[in-house]
Amino acid sequence: MNASTIIFYILAATIISGALLAVTSRKIFRSAVFLLFSLIGIAGLYFFIDYEFIAAVQIIVYVGGIIVLIIFSVFLTHGSGEDMKRPTIGRAAFAALAAIFGGVLTMFLISQHTFFPSGKTGIEPSPENIGSQMLSTTEHGYILPFEVVSMLLLAAMIGCIVIAIKIKVPPHKILPETDEDGIEIFDQKQTTLENKQIQL
Amino acid sequence: MNDIGLFHFLFLSCALFFIGIYGFLTRRNLITMLMSVELILNSININFVAFNKFLFPDKLDGLFFTLFIITIAAAEAAVAIAIIINLYRNYNTIDVEEVNSMKY
Repeated sequence: MNASTIIFYILAATIISGALLAVTSRKIFRSAVFLLFSLIGIAGLYFFIDYEFIAAVQIIVYVGGIIVLIIFSVFLTHGSGEDMKRPTIGRAAFAALAAIFGGVLTMFLISQHTFFPSGKTGIEPSPENIGSQMLSTTEHGYILPFEVVSMLLLAAMIGCIVIAIKIKVPPHKILPETDEDGIEIFDQKQTTLENKQIQL
Repeated sequence: MNDIGLFHFLFLSCALFFIGIYGFLTRRNLITMLMSVELILNSININFVAFNKFLFPDKLDGLFFTLFIITIAAAEAAVAIAIIINLYRNYNTIDVEEVNSMKY
């Protein structure tokens, strides 16, 4: 039991407990904050195996982007401090059963499997190597997925604007309609309502 | 890092994946369901990075897959939150059981 083992288990405990609290907490804001701790733990795990670039991307994109987005949408759609509905016993039991069964089965299959490491000497996962291999046009380059994902980001950006934009009613629809002489045409419903009120 | 091997990472990501599955099945609020999806995607990322680190240290493909998954997760979260906010504007709720028509 050396120091790195202890660090790994601390990180694992952070990730698992954060995730468990995030899916079971009944206050949605707390749920988002527990998810934040879990994601920071995952970034720590990437630091632990010396993949600093991925860890930095994880912190920038997830912690700085997605969690902030989720918290903003919580603010926009929820009153403060409201508890969410408790899941029904049947659904919670069924979901827990499915998750535990699937988890145990998968862990059993993993533990039965033998993996064969390639045994070659490692390549440094530095930003230089990542960048030069990702943007190379040779056989093992990833330039095509890179460009495709940039198109995807552009499409997602435009899609978000189109979906979430609030369409304003043009001003001439709000103003009372006028006939050719400029006399206002009264709304039929409103006029009858006023007549009824007069009769009352 | 002598005795922390591939299996530790695989078990961790497996547990995280099924916690996400549990959350996705029990929650009925769209934002919390989105959070569960983020947990699932993160467990996949741990898998890719661990395979790259322990089985194929001479390549960087697992890193690239992780980077692309993070990018796509960000795009997916943005679109999902745009849909959620639009839904909230029309229905005044984001509970999936009460939103039962696609008319608007």
